[in-house]
Amino acid sequence: MAAPVQRWSCVGKRWVLTYVDGGSRHGRGAAIGFTSRRKRGQSSVAQQPLITAQKSRKGEHEWAAVVGLEIHAQISSNSKLFSGSQVHFAAPPNSLVSFFDASLPGTLPVLNRRCVEAAVMTGLALNCRINKKSLFDRKHYFYADLPAGYQITQQRLPIAVNGSLAYSVCVGKKPSQVSTKTVRIKQIQLEQDSGKSLHDEPRSQTLIDLNRAGVGLLEVVLEPDMSCGEEAASAVRELQLILQALGTSQANMAEGQLRVDANISVHHPGEPLGVRTEVKNLNSARFLAKAIDFEIERQIHELENGRKILNETRSFDYKLGCTMPMRDKEGKQDYRFMPEPNLPPLLLHDTASLPPGADPQQVINIDWIRERLPELPSETREKLIQQYGMLPEHSFALLNEVGLLEFFQNVIKETRAEPKKVTSWVLNIFLGFLKQQNLTVNESPVTPSALAELLNLLDRKAISSSAAKQVFEELWQSKGKTPSQIVSEKKLELMQDQEALERVCHTVMEGHPQVVMDVKRGNPRAINKLIGLVRKATLSRADPTVIKKILERKLSS
Amino acid sequence: MSSLLSASSALREDALRRLKREMRARAVKLGLRSWMGWRRGLTSKADPQRSGRVTAEVIEHLERLALVDFGSQEAVARLEKAIAFADRLRAVDTDGVEPMESVLEDRCLYLRSDNVVEGNCAEVLLQNAHRVVEEYFVAPPGNISLPKQDEQEPFSHN
Repeated sequence: MAAPVQRWSCVGKRWVLTYVDGGSRHGRGAAIGFTSRRKRGQSSVAQQPLITAQKSRKGEHEWAAVVGLEIHAQISSNSKLFSGSQVHFAAPPNSLVSFFDASLPGTLPVLNRRCVEAAVMTGLALNCRINKKSLFDRKHYFYADLPAGYQITQQRLPIAVNGSLAYSVCVGKKPSQVSTKTVRIKQIQLEQDSGKSLHDEPRSQTLIDLNRAGVGLLEVVLEPDMSCGEEAASAVRELQLILQALGTSQANMAEGQLRVDANISVHHPGEPLGVRTEVKNLNSARFLAKAIDFEIERQIHELENGRKILNETRSFDYKLGCTMPMRDKEGKQDYRFMPEPNLPPLLLHDTASLPPGADPQQVINIDWIRERLPELPSETREKLIQQYGMLPEHSFALLNEVGLLEFFQNVIKETRAEPKKVTSWVLNIFLGFLKQQNLTVNESPVTPSALAELLNLLDRKAISSSAAKQVFEELWQSKGKTPSQIVSEKKLELMQDQEALERVCHTVMEGHPQVVMDVKRGNPRAINKLIGLVRKATLSRADPTVIKKILERKLSS
Repeated sequence: MSSLLSASSALREDALRRLKREMRARAVKLGLRSWMGWRRGLTSKADPQRSGRVTAEVIEHLERLALVDFGSQEAVARLEKAIAFADRLRAVDTDGVEPMESVLEDRCLYLRSDNVVEGNCAEVLLQNAHRVVEEYFVAPPGNISLPKQDEQEPFSHN
């Protein structure tokens, strides 16, 4: 058993030094506190404030961490931001590249209308102020995957500013203890993506594919209102759901459609903010919280040992589970921002300011877009809670899995069972089976109709709940059979014959006089034994509550 | 595209004419003040390098950023003269004047509809590349770091 280890753990918004038992699982329901890299992919934030506070040493000072995020989301559009070449994930190298994307001389940028609409929609969904006039700038730096030597972005005056994003975090041990937090959005801007570089270390060369160069990106800048990895991960998750609901980005981190850079610093509460580092290359939802927490702990350790934090850029190494300084980032970059001389200001209108007789294709009306915004995840969750009396954490779980909400709604449509029952079956049993076999909702062998039929049988009390679970397993394995078929094949119907049941009860009572005596003497657990015996005798085809009623009646007579 | 260029050059002239008119009007109003400002502009201000000299560190920094080679002392002197020339702009009093962001600021930004009309020309694009590996452009790994200034050999640029 490992000796107790000191670790920094997040308690509310503070980071305190606690003792974490290295390996023991016995005795104290120990505060897991900070997950070391040895543990696999678990949430790395302590959720037992009481225990860790008791264990923390007296007199040590607290640290507060400050996390800001820059999120790049690839806009879901047919063509690129400034050129007419296609946006597509997998394609032969350099096949989706126009002359402008390759920055051949004599080419000019032409703005894609869909990208502007996507930016406005996202800005409105995030409560931003949409700037009716926004400007494009050039950000200069040299890298092989940036053929022009500059990126067209919106630094001076972005398209949307000053918004907010609400997200939920767990504040206690139980999943029901969630609280809503808000992070301010500094700005949303339109910018170009760069190409992809594949590093060929052995041959000391880099291979460049420009298919991605010029694709439209939405950069969402979140203010440093977050204090640990879990908050950052929750905020990113919520943003992902919003973008997917709007259709402005598919926000799939695995395909590189959503990329996150984190700016992290630590300081003592009450003192000025510390030096921040930027952690890039956070492209996985699983490792986002882990990477941020690691960097926070690293900074605390450095400062505790009297060293200084360098204002540098680091990347996260997934295999080692730690952040490392990035090469090629020497000192502070000077991007020499300048206005993009080939693009006039971008002017947006609302209904009041629409120029009369304007070509509708050339004009973007913010009010028109606002009226057509799809339902956002927070609204959907609220509706679920109101309509079905669902618990908030269940509404989160339903929206968290792709296609699960639709599945749930289809089942509800076809079944008479209570919504709470449906929720429980979908979230516990159905989702459990999916996760066990690593399937998506679309790949499920059980259709919503099948589950609805099964729940109807259960609701009618035609089968018991344990029988229902058996039927579900059978449904999962064998396609094409309906629940009713399985029930009759396996003879799982509940006994409906009251008289036959009474006779069985009578027989059991006759056969076990000792147990009957126990019950009559007042032993509360003895009746359960009787019920169990009756159930066995009926091959589990009787409803335990009915059995109990019959037995109680017989015993009292 | 040529119409765009001629249109934009016409606008540039327009804007320049406007700017000159503004400057003249202000110069007449200010008179002596502007002349003093011009004198001030030459002998420079809060810069650590006095009277328009550009230090070796700044040159090195600029060379790194812009990948331009200031190979000789003449080039640096030319740069200093150019800065001094541009500094005369500071003589103009621009209080209360909205800065012009772009000569195109009165133009409409054309919005293209989201259709795929380009691409599929990998062969043509790769013809430009010095080295190619299986339809990828080849570049050296990362950025090549420039030699430090004292290590640099003086050479003339074409």
